[in-house]
Amino acid sequence: MTRRTFLGMPATAPPGVGHLRGAESFPAAARRGLADPQLRRNLRHATTTIRAKSGGVIAELPDWEQLRAAGAAIKADTLARLPELLEQLEARVTEAGGVVHWAADAVEANRIVTDLVRATGVDRVIKVKSMATQEIGLNEALVAAGITPVETDLAELIVQLGGDRPSHILVPAIHRNRAEIREIFLREMPGVDPTLTDDPTALAAAARRFLRQTFLSTPVAVSGGNFAVAETGTLAVVESEGNGRMCLTLPQTLITVLGVEKVVPTWRDLEVFLQLLPRASTGERMNPYTSMWTGVTPGDGPQAFHLVLLDNGRSAVLADEVGRQALRCIRCSACLNVCPVYERAGGHAYGSVYPGPIGAVLSPQLTGIEDNASLPYASTLCGACYDACPVKINIPELLVHLRAEAVESHRRPTAESIAMAAAAYAMDHPRLYAAGQRAARLSRFAGRRGRGLPPPLNGWTGSRDLPEPPAQTFRDWWADR
Amino acid sequence: MRIALFVTCLADTMFPQAAIATVRLLERLGHEVAFPQGQTCCGQMHVNTGYQRDAVPLVRRHVDVFDTYDVIVAPSGSCVGSVRHQHAMVARRAGDERLAGRAESVARRTYELSELLVDVLGVTDVGAYYPHRVTYHPTCHSSRMLRVGDRPRRLLSEVRGLTLVELPAADQCCGFGGTFAVKNAETSTAMLADKMRHVLATGADVCAASDASCLMHIGGGLSRLRTGVGVVHLAEILASTEQAATSRAEILGSTEQAATSPAANRPAARP
Ligand code: SF4
Repeated sequence: MTRRTFLGMPATAPPGVGHLRGAESFPAAARRGLADPQLRRNLRHATTTIRAKSGGVIAELPDWEQLRAAGAAIKADTLARLPELLEQLEARVTEAGGVVHWAADAVEANRIVTDLVRATGVDRVIKVKSMATQEIGLNEALVAAGITPVETDLAELIVQLGGDRPSHILVPAIHRNRAEIREIFLREMPGVDPTLTDDPTALAAAARRFLRQTFLSTPVAVSGGNFAVAETGTLAVVESEGNGRMCLTLPQTLITVLGVEKVVPTWRDLEVFLQLLPRASTGERMNPYTSMWTGVTPGDGPQAFHLVLLDNGRSAVLADEVGRQALRCIRCSACLNVCPVYERAGGHAYGSVYPGPIGAVLSPQLTGIEDNASLPYASTLCGACYDACPVKINIPELLVHLRAEAVESHRRPTAESIAMAAAAYAMDHPRLYAAGQRAARLSRFAGRRGRGLPPPLNGWTGSRDLPEPPAQTFRDWWADR
Repeated sequence: MRIALFVTCLADTMFPQAAIATVRLLERLGHEVAFPQGQTCCGQMHVNTGYQRDAVPLVRRHVDVFDTYDVIVAPSGSCVGSVRHQHAMVARRAGDERLAGRAESVARRTYELSELLVDVLGVTDVGAYYPHRVTYHPTCHSSRMLRVGDRPRRLLSEVRGLTLVELPAADQCCGFGGTFAVKNAETSTAMLADKMRHVLATGADVCAASDASCLMHIGGGLSRLRTGVGVVHLAEILASTEQAATSRAEILGSTEQAATSPAANRPAARP
């Protein structure tokens, strides 16, 4: 077991590996989602349904607000003493017969997992849906090493077979409808019945047949983890299909990749999260499948267990006093489902495996603001995400914080920064400010009216009329009365 | 009571009628309104776009101008939100703890119009008359940052002649978001389209709100589509009386008709 110290040496996630950076800015990438009526319908339907369902089961709990506060407090405490808890976790996992690996970034994590799989001699692994392995681009790394990863979560499988990228944390194929899914299966799924219809039951049955065969013939599995209990060394995965449980119990070797922020101090802490997560996320009272394991048990389940603790920028996030609250995230996706921007633009617009409001704050922190500078602006600051978040991450506050970082990261002045400085100067000089108001009014009377604002503000008047210019400002009215 | 008006830069420049209505309303209720002259802008645009350093002098100006008043009112949820949730933050980030403390003190004395009326002045019936079918957009900052709750609706429900119609998906953002409407113009337009669809579905004559920015956005969209449905600030409704309505109709004649009655060419979008 090699051990690298990474805590206290914050570095951002490396470029060129994994999926935290998009090729385009948010406004450019959003254009495709906005122009796709099928996607818009799918998203509206899915988010509206899940919002209603989640709202219903949350309303059943009289102590929801206390639960949220407890969840936030446990996570804040965890982050405050993360090094100590991770060491405790390492000790307990090791005692229970597991092997712990520390990965400073995506490159290192991919290498560790690839080497572990190679050592088993197999060329195919089954996977439980995992955000961490998507984040580091593990599938691509495995393929490059001649190993075939097979996703076993139904939606994740659809995305994988479709050569596509997930667009939602919880429902990765939210952007696909069943006709599209049928086509993907017919084209890509080995041994599929050519008379397959787009009936959801038939589609699920086809996937099940394919997955059963794969489960029974693949001795190595790779998973993520929802929680890791420091006091006992227990790992937990919650899911709703049972495919995860198959991956966690059937193979001989299990490799779990876990973001370091997923640790919780004690077993009792799970009580809070196992209530918060399903209600906020799928709108269920309880997760259909909650699997927990501690190291290895001779004669039962995987006989080799590896835990890869992943940093990949998390220490950098932790180092930022305002920003670190993003590490409380339990990936429930509630913020996506209430976000009006996500609902229109779709998950791909965020260019990262973490879409929606949490993606808009987490991705730029993991990569460094320079590489995702448009994301903190992909919000109206309406605050719906903050109200929905089961661990009370103040996403609007974080967005504003990151916008300031984005602005201050510019070495040279931009057109915007010059305009903003000029506006601030005028606003700090009331005479100048009043003169500016008059000038704006005059220029509008002088022919701009009806044609809207000049660039770059014409984005606004492209679809909206400015109101009729008032005859006088309030200031003038007050002076005249 | 002596009440200082924080007019907000947008209302001052583009929506003076909302601020004028606020003055008329408060004076009608027997209060004295002061308009501190040095005020300009709370700096929300700068803060929300990332220019927190540029906002520091604006925060200082705002605090200096309003520090001597016991009660301050603004006809804008988002600007009050900025005063309450951003001013101290901006000052602290700049390392000015003293300014942060003063900003917190000013923030404690600053109210959004419906808060002032209901909580401080203790009125819900302000004696208004507004004979129209109205739908109310609660606006994100009023409802989520300030938690004004049902205060605007309680005020509206006491207005004589007014029919309040429920806005579907009222809590959804209209898509303005300040610089968001410029930086992400297309997403903003898509959000606005849904808001307009919901407004039209109510069959209301006007859509009301308590924030000039949202009104400018929604009103701009409704106007572009020639829907014949207008927007109005809550203060304007609360300020209008039977007497004012009559004299206004006499002066403006048909213009008033066109502006406030359901236009014949409005799409038949009732549910
Ligand atoms: S930020 Fe909050 S609401 Fe969003 S996914 Fe994370 S825990 Fe859920």
